[in-house]
Amino acid sequence: MKFGVIVFPGSNCDYDCYWVVKRILRKKVDFIWHKERNLSGYDCLILPGGFSYGDYLRTGAIARFSPVMNAVEAYARNGGLIIGICNGFQVLLEAGLLPGAMVSNKSLQFICKFIYIRVENDATPYTNLFHKGQILKIPIAHNEGNYYADVKTIQALNKNNQIVFRYCDEKGTVSKASNPNGAKESIAAICNKEGNILGIMPHPERASERLLGSKDGRGIFESIIKWIESKEAN
Amino acid sequence: MKEPKRITLELIKSHGLTREEYKRIKEILGREPNFTELGIFSVMWSEHCSYKSSKLVLKLFPITGESILIKAGEENAGVIDIGDGLAVVMKVESHNHPSAIEPEQGAATGIGGIVRDIFTMGARPVALLDSLRFGPLNNGRNHYLFSKVVEGIARYGNCLGIPTVAGEIYFDNTYEGNPVVNVMCVGIAYKEELIKGRASGIGNSILYVGSDTGRDGLGGASFASRELTEESERDRPAVQIGDPFKEKLLLEACLELLKTKVVIGMQDMGAAGLTSSISEMASRGDCGVQIDISLVPKREKGMIPYEVMLSESQERMVLIVKKGKEEIAKNVFKKWDLHAVNIGKVTNDGVFRVLDKGKIVAQIPVKALVDDAPVYIREKKKPRYLSQIKNFSVSQIFEPSNYNDILKRLLNSPTISSKQWVYRQYDHMVRTDTILLPGADSSLIRIKGTKKAIALTIDGNGGYAYLNPYEGGKIAVAEAARNVVCVGAKPLAITNCLNFGNPTKPEVSWQFKKCVEGMAEACRILRTPVTGGNVSFYNENPKGAIDPTPVVGMLGLLDDINHYCTPNFKKKGDIVILLGKLGREQELGGSEYIKLIHNLKIGESPRIDLKEEKAVQRTCIEIIEAGLINSAHDCSEGGLAVALAECCILSPECKIGALINFSPLIHHLLTMRADALLFNEAQSRIIISFPPDNFAKIKDFTEKNNVSFFQLGTVGGKGLVIERDEKKLIDISVDELEDYYYRSFSRSV
Amino acid sequence: MFEAEVFITFKEGLLDPQGIAIKGALVSLGYDNISDVRVGKYICIKLNNQDKDKAKSELEEMCAKLLSNPVIENYRYKIMEKSSE
Repeated sequence: MKFGVIVFPGSNCDYDCYWVVKRILRKKVDFIWHKERNLSGYDCLILPGGFSYGDYLRTGAIARFSPVMNAVEAYARNGGLIIGICNGFQVLLEAGLLPGAMVSNKSLQFICKFIYIRVENDATPYTNLFHKGQILKIPIAHNEGNYYADVKTIQALNKNNQIVFRYCDEKGTVSKASNPNGAKESIAAICNKEGNILGIMPHPERASERLLGSKDGRGIFESIIKWIESKEAN
Repeated sequence: MKEPKRITLELIKSHGLTREEYKRIKEILGREPNFTELGIFSVMWSEHCSYKSSKLVLKLFPITGESILIKAGEENAGVIDIGDGLAVVMKVESHNHPSAIEPEQGAATGIGGIVRDIFTMGARPVALLDSLRFGPLNNGRNHYLFSKVVEGIARYGNCLGIPTVAGEIYFDNTYEGNPVVNVMCVGIAYKEELIKGRASGIGNSILYVGSDTGRDGLGGASFASRELTEESERDRPAVQIGDPFKEKLLLEACLELLKTKVVIGMQDMGAAGLTSSISEMASRGDCGVQIDISLVPKREKGMIPYEVMLSESQERMVLIVKKGKEEIAKNVFKKWDLHAVNIGKVTNDGVFRVLDKGKIVAQIPVKALVDDAPVYIREKKKPRYLSQIKNFSVSQIFEPSNYNDILKRLLNSPTISSKQWVYRQYDHMVRTDTILLPGADSSLIRIKGTKKAIALTIDGNGGYAYLNPYEGGKIAVAEAARNVVCVGAKPLAITNCLNFGNPTKPEVSWQFKKCVEGMAEACRILRTPVTGGNVSFYNENPKGAIDPTPVVGMLGLLDDINHYCTPNFKKKGDIVILLGKLGREQELGGSEYIKLIHNLKIGESPRIDLKEEKAVQRTCIEIIEAGLINSAHDCSEGGLAVALAECCILSPECKIGALINFSPLIHHLLTMRADALLFNEAQSRIIISFPPDNFAKIKDFTEKNNVSFFQLGTVGGKGLVIERDEKKLIDISVDELEDYYYRSFSRSV
Repeated sequence: MFEAEVFITFKEGLLDPQGIAIKGALVSLGYDNISDVRVGKYICIKLNNQDKDKAKSELEEMCAKLLSNPVIENYRYKIMEKSSE
């Protein structure tokens, strides 16, 4: 089993993801430079957080045209697992691999803090070790995490069970008060219809060790591993 | 810009050079300088680059110690050995003047500069800290400066992926119109990969890399070396625009380049740009350099040599690369979409030679330019205000009738209350090493691959230094060390930034010297040598100089990451003890209490006995190492009452009250007025809590170290209750404490 | 030589927090006659094309492909002839 962490110019959570996969979960992992065109041999791609191309123009807008993205799109079409975290999520949105867009946080400020999210769909490759309604403590760190999509898209997301996590409070209540950035329907993470691509604003790699205040995020990586292993077993 | 034909007296003066200095220049060159050379001398001999007014005083600092690898002054930043083949590189720098003019870019480019100073030494930047001071928030301009400075730091630091892990913010009238913006960067390097900022090896190439050169920031070094006036507003072009994305590419490219071993030396183009970076490298390497500015990538048309040499465009660096290996370096930069160009070479004649398409446009002996800059012993005079403020006794101020209100007002004050509103705008978790989030006494950064962590804090108190520069200097160092100790780390070394007024004023010069003497004394006794720093003079507003503001960045080392301590109370029934003394009434001088409640800035600053301080710190480290205590928190601004309140609410997941009882039986000698008891800011005090079973063992440690302690009470309950002689002085619920401490600040901004 | 000025704005109905903040600030400064403030981007592009139609079609493509995000943004542009410097 091998993970790949894609490095765009300006990615800055690449090493953090690498660390979790390699040192915490003890799986093979490579950094993949954004000019790479061959993605064969990987079981899961991670698009990490950061400020690809300085977030200039729009978050993820320029990275989406990096040479590697053609290969990423092909990889996605073949059902490969792709998780985009924070800026990685924004890149996936710009690339059209996930529906919707990100706009500035309602507060117009960068927000870095621990928040809570609730599992809405526990049947994805990313959440199969959780149960629906489970609450995770996990940090966010972003300027543009205010998820937007038109009414029709939101309806489709709900109908197809594509909303994977919602922001909530420590008791699991989803409300305006527990929504840190103004995201539509408190959306913290969505997947594509097929379920092989996940976009998530909070940082699971920052919540994978007790020393860092929470290891709730680790379950996302462990779910991926379990999913790949069960596929390999078949 | 047009090149003036003649060097007139007026031109010399406008470059901030004195008649005598100009005479020296002529002696050095054996002729009149041309316009480019005049510019080069003026920036290199500016206060900002030459430290001409502070150099002699700074010699008072102790700079050696067992863990010092590279001493202060030898390189861009001092280097500290932390074992395991690793070294810490750290430095603080001021960006007060640029931030006063354009706060967002001023602060952002401050971060950019300090980060380059760290990674050009071969270290991976792992943490940012900042120390900020503004006038009161109720003034619109101050509010603007404050929020924009925070935004600037956030934008730049977040983009780089370096966590901003700690800081401090004060609001006081003295900083009206002249904010203090000090930024600190800490990096970690493999000892054998450290790179020096020097040129050597005749014939080796000088590579320029980074942004193109424009006219921005022209003469910024001399801009920082004079007082801010109304005209400064019109000097706006002197402020540069930062590009954090470019910096991130430079950072990654440079660290990747280290592995190729083709780099001899590396330096940021900071203040005085191309001029200072190249001449300083030549000076350190005892050689000469020759560059041709026609090869320098330029952003604007028609730039004359003077402008190219003095530009302070951001995100530029120079490297000395082994002859014949230039392509290896260029290819690494190319991978990161950066363009490196060969602009010159190292020579053996000790001359700094600048060509323009082969024609010599400046030619100056390196040593004379860099090392023989003028040095001044400024006239000193004890300021008159000091004799007027001394007479203070607590009887001069009214005794409050309701202490609950007073404590709430203190917790509510911008200086004391939680700075969540600020630090949540900073990414403080990226790199996944931040063990203690902002808000604790000190931050704690683990070092992956080892059991170790480094503790970092930045600290200073201009109010104390105003009342007594010498004691204030001592306290700045001692308190920073105490913060690091409270998390369980051993203080290793400091870096510092000294923010003062105009040094040609004898009173300012006196304050500066006394303050440095105090800091030096504390560094000697606490064994925390100075690894470098920055002096920022000419911090003045129309009312005069700012309060002397020494800022100390402290590095501590924790050998075992599993043995760290946090400030908040944890378990019901734990005993609460104060290590150190209860203080004296006089130690209300300079306190937040008399400043905020009585609107006074008088009295003596707290006094500090450094031997006692050291004993308290040693005790605290020992009992944390022994695993005896559940919490440790420094007692600082706001005194005992504020520190106790903080112990109740500093962890969002573990809020718990405490019952404190100054019973006459135990504290029979206590005759202090209640306000003095609750809010005096006596030094060398740490509040700890621990299970009752550990009492005897802790007592042994305090006796062994000859440290006094007072049993204050026990942890538990839904509020903080402080009783004296069976009368409740304080009785506030934890929820209410929390509301005042956490929410007031966001409401006021 | 052509110079194009591209204006990118949020779609009608999309929350524009920056616009709201600016409106609030203007009103607090005493400008009461403001019904709405919208913030957008202005991008200036110098084109080396000789042919205006070609320049226009390229510009159209740039706007749709990169400069704006059709999910949230609208764009419009002006294209002007410039003498080469």
